Amino acid sequence: MKVAYWPGCVSRGFTPELHGSMAKVAPLLDIELVELDRACCTGAGVIAEHNQELADTLNARTFALAQQVEGAAMMMNICSTCQGAQSECQERLDANSEYRAHVNSTLAGEGLSYDLDPARPLTNKNFLWLLVEEIGLDALRAKVRRPLTNLKVGPFYGCYIVRPRERLGIDAEHPRDHYLEQVIDALGGTVIEYAGMRKCCGFPIITMNKEASLKQAGRHLGDAVDADADCLVTPCPLCHLNLDLQQPVAAGVVGRELNMPVLHLPQLVGLALGLEPKDLGLARHIVRPTSVIDWSVSVVASAAA
Amino acid sequence: MAEAHDRPPEKFTLRMRRYDPESGNAPYWDEHTVELEPHRSVLEAVLQAKDRFDGSIGIRCSCRQAICGSCGIRVNGEPALACHTHLDAAKAGARDGVIEIEPMGNMPVLKDLIVDMDAVHWKKIQRVTPWLLAKQPVPEREYIVSKDSMVDVTQTMACIQCGACVSDCLAMEVDPGFIGPAALAKAYRFVGDPRDDEPFERLNDLAQDPQGLFDCTHCFKCVQACPKDVNPMGQIMRLRRIATADHKIVDQNNGARHEAAFASLIENNGILWEAELIPRSYGGNSWFGKFAPAAGKELVASIPTAIRGLLRGKMTIPKILKPHKIPSQDLKAVRSIYERIESRPERYELNLYIAGEDEAPAAVAAGVASEAAGNQADPATEGSAQ
Repeated sequence: MKVAYWPGCVSRGFTPELHGSMAKVAPLLDIELVELDRACCTGAGVIAEHNQELADTLNARTFALAQQVEGAAMMMNICSTCQGAQSECQERLDANSEYRAHVNSTLAGEGLSYDLDPARPLTNKNFLWLLVEEIGLDALRAKVRRPLTNLKVGPFYGCYIVRPRERLGIDAEHPRDHYLEQVIDALGGTVIEYAGMRKCCGFPIITMNKEASLKQAGRHLGDAVDADADCLVTPCPLCHLNLDLQQPVAAGVVGRELNMPVLHLPQLVGLALGLEPKDLGLARHIVRPTSVIDWSVSVVASAAA
Repeated sequence: MAEAHDRPPEKFTLRMRRYDPESGNAPYWDEHTVELEPHRSVLEAVLQAKDRFDGSIGIRCSCRQAICGSCGIRVNGEPALACHTHLDAAKAGARDGVIEIEPMGNMPVLKDLIVDMDAVHWKKIQRVTPWLLAKQPVPEREYIVSKDSMVDVTQTMACIQCGACVSDCLAMEVDPGFIGPAALAKAYRFVGDPRDDEPFERLNDLAQDPQGLFDCTHCFKCVQACPKDVNPMGQIMRLRRIATADHKIVDQNNGARHEAAFASLIENNGILWEAELIPRSYGGNSWFGKFAPAAGKELVASIPTAIRGLLRGKMTIPKILKPHKIPSQDLKAVRSIYERIESRPERYELNLYIAGEDEAPAAVAAGVASEAAGNQADPATEGSAQ
């Protein structure tokens, strides 16, 4: 399927391995990525905090660009925070036609417009949602070439993709707050549940209250260690910054050894689909999964991998 | 609904967390099976267990109709009013068919399901001067204010002080001194009231407090927890906007600088330049921010992290020194959006609480969206389009 692909900022900044691994995994899942390279940052909630109309207009511009991608079934992102920030703006834009017209009047200068036009609807899904709802767990399972047998994986969602439930379309039929467990299971891994899996990584306050920020990251990582996880997986690069890049500092703040590798979702999928750890950028992590997990043992080859 | 009320009583098993600090014993789990119609509340179930099996079960309740805010507890790990949670829904949300009932979090347990609201929640509410500091001179008759501004504050006035948001606040979990969502929502109730005389003093006090306005970690837990749609985090974001944009408050916690730096980095580059965000948040929102003493201290402290990032190839020297930008034509468009919106004499802010929603526009869009995806009956697309 063809998607208008919003990679976000951090996946092209301090977590380049995320953008890279998504590009490698997409063809294996028959996803054609048309990158929205003209779009700007979603604001990650901070621009909305600064000026709500500004955040709504910048995101409406991205939605309008996505609607222009010929033949795209929907828009896809690879960042929990982008999903949450965009869903919040889209909620306001879709709810009120007067407001939408007001925002579009600003976009008109560029000849753009975000419309609820039935011919160009906008559905925006994180890669995680797209995996489960569009590709499907059975199809995913069928594509696995190297099941993650014996690999104990703890999910880490990121706040923006699980709350508020109504805005994010989470209900009994679409338990999007349980999709990571379903994907881990479909890839042949073992799900490790732990206290912090749907809690906050602390990243939003890293410049305001570093100790409280890293205490959150450190505590959840510690919970995962105690629950005997081999690694965590997250659909959010901002969580990844606090959980991986800052992990050595977080370990100091909570006063314990952590050494917990944190994988981006496309990396975990890529491993199971037969890609090599190095090609997925696993060597770029601060806590190197390559040195912590013996892939030749934990990830057991089944087919002609 | 009539059908649900007609259903005969069923058996429901409750797994309750019991604790009596005065006993010296550790907390433990206790199970009781009650029999009630499925539309009855979890509160009724707890009271039946107390009545039939164990009179020592502690729970606080009064109105039994979601108005008094006394019976805040956790049901299956999620915050809820016991009287406002139906047994069938609670059972459906239970992991193993047994409804799990615990006291609220972030507050000390007095007994079983009763927590000490005084020690945490009420102390924090008192902290924000929760009364009107009337504008002088007080008019002889009434203050005349716009209808919208009063409808606006009614959202925070809807708070029933149940403590559900405090119970689940993730910032408070690691930083118990954080003033928290309920108190900040209460602060908005007065900052947003046109009759109040001291919004600057209120905001400055909260912004300068290291455990105040900028200590919220943006996790949406309080938004989800609130049974009355008070949207505490939304109110916190509005307090921040009013503090920084209207009252030009620059706090000692980097809150205002962080927000300004983030907004202008996107204006200048289109996408985020992480390496520049940190020094500017500490030192001030310009390229020279990094030379301020506070930024220097943080940058020195970040050296080990930066070196680790460089060694792994996560960061590169050019990426640190030079921003990644969107194409210049698009950057121009983004800047003109900034210019137009930021030059408005007043911020234009859609408040769905006041404005309401158009009649089912989302459903229209979503129906079409799922059609386009070749899956007409997929409410997931509906959800994401809302």
